[in-house]
Amino acid sequence: MANPKIMASARTLTSEGLGERLGLFLLITPAILWLGLLVILPHVEIGILSLSQRIAARVYTIGFGNYFEFLSEPIYWHTFARTALLSILVTAITLVISFPVALYIAKFAVGKSKPILFLMCLIPFWASELVRTLGWMMLLREAGVVSFLLQWAGIAGKPVEMLYSDGSLVLGLVYGGMLFMIVPLTNALESLENAQIEAGYDLGGTNFTVLRKIIIPHAMPGIVAGAIIVFMLTVGNFVTPVMLGGKNGLWFTEQIYSQFITRFNWPQGSAFGFMLLLLSTGIVWLGLRLTGQGFSETLRRT
Amino acid sequence: MGKASLSFRLYVLAFYLFLFAPLVVVALFAFNASPFPAPPWKGFTLEWFTGTGAMFGKPGILRDPAMLTAFGNSLKIALPVTFLAIVLGTMNAFLLERREFPGKALLSIMMLWPLVIPGVILGISILAFSSRIANSLEAWLNMDLDFLRPGLFLVILGQLSFILTISTLIIGARLKKFDRSLEEAAYDLGASRLRVLLTITLPFLKPAIVGAGLVALLMSFENFNTTLILVGSDAPLPIYMYGQMREGATPALNAASFVMMLGAGLLATLVALVSSRKAE
Repeated sequence: MANPKIMASARTLTSEGLGERLGLFLLITPAILWLGLLVILPHVEIGILSLSQRIAARVYTIGFGNYFEFLSEPIYWHTFARTALLSILVTAITLVISFPVALYIAKFAVGKSKPILFLMCLIPFWASELVRTLGWMMLLREAGVVSFLLQWAGIAGKPVEMLYSDGSLVLGLVYGGMLFMIVPLTNALESLENAQIEAGYDLGGTNFTVLRKIIIPHAMPGIVAGAIIVFMLTVGNFVTPVMLGGKNGLWFTEQIYSQFITRFNWPQGSAFGFMLLLLSTGIVWLGLRLTGQGFSETLRRT
Repeated sequence: MGKASLSFRLYVLAFYLFLFAPLVVVALFAFNASPFPAPPWKGFTLEWFTGTGAMFGKPGILRDPAMLTAFGNSLKIALPVTFLAIVLGTMNAFLLERREFPGKALLSIMMLWPLVIPGVILGISILAFSSRIANSLEAWLNMDLDFLRPGLFLVILGQLSFILTISTLIIGARLKKFDRSLEEAAYDLGASRLRVLLTITLPFLKPAIVGAGLVALLMSFENFNTTLILVGSDAPLPIYMYGQMREGATPALNAASFVMMLGAGLLATLVALVSSRKAE
């Protein structure tokens, strides 16, 4: 009787089996080099760096000094907490603003207007983040368009400065996240049957109960996917806080940048980097656990 | 569904105004004949594109050597990134769609990581790691390895680290739809593996490869966070514009932004055309 295992191993000895293995080797090498040299080892490196503390010039030991420094210096953990809380706020505002628009595109727009409205949401995001931020600066500055229009309409007596505050920062971040909320929301709402909504009304539901009992539960996968992406993008944003935020309210990515590039304190900057990774993955994990969704499916949905 | 109420429709209208306001403003003030990118409107001009500098003391972007150098640097980064993204992305797609090997599930999850890691962190981690390699190799080989210090090479690697994920996903999605009986038919007719790849599989993948290349080109041109950390003295366009912005806004930046938007629009249209042909 021929043992299938022996048959299989005999086949690997043939030239076809060898070619097969060589092909796999050639295909897998670039993938391993990419992930190994550009993603995994660099993160191991900043992990090691973050644990090395300076005790004298050019002398380092292993320890949690950089993380203690983070906890003991209020400006560091204030910035961290501020970034976390404002990012959650931005995610919530983005969801509230985008939901009606996604609902309109998915359920109310008819004929050609549906793909056109959807496409129009994508267009601004083909422009660079820097360009979009420049646009907001020109709108909100003291000498900017909004201030000019307010004076022209007689609402304001003198130029109004709307830039460099938490308000302009949140506005810019919400703007930057909107697309990533609208796309998964629209996709989720598309699959909702109109009959289901109408049944809700027939049973005596008001607009509010239909929204709460039928539409929102159906959109939940889209809400989770959008919220996760928007939160991660917001936490990691750099341009918007630098350009639109106030002078006395830093974003955590700015702290990382200043430790690495301005102060050349790489161990401290690496510790901050790890804190940021922890924040973004931690909140995302929590969000997934609370709503019972998987990471890969969620990421693929967007 | 019934018709949307008036207030609902007004809300959607206001949303789209909000969405386009910053872009319209940027474009508009590129053509304002004023030394400042601010109202009031002083008349239409192309001075900020083609001017010699006689009118506003600063040349238009098409005659500004610094701006053109920055654009050249962007090309020096974007072209290699695009090339590597499509070649390696195609290889990754074949690896994930066609091969079985231990650890495949882990590898396909790990490929998604660069999308969720903030760009600043990707930048500092690659900077720190390449510096460590440079330091130890330089001591060992007793020579300078400048390409491992901040500069174009590191920017290319940094951008590739996450753009490759995107090109892999785009090309892999197309390869998944491929009907393998087409390949088998060709083998049965005696075609070699190379010939099947060149005449059947790759032509099928072509729209996805072109689309992935266009997306890679655009993302490379517009990337800011990772590039800012890894950049040396050769600043590409967004980094140069950022430096200029911090010194004070001039309509020259609007003109450069306008050109970038035109370029992005062109690439986006090409992507849409390619993917609509793919759907057929």
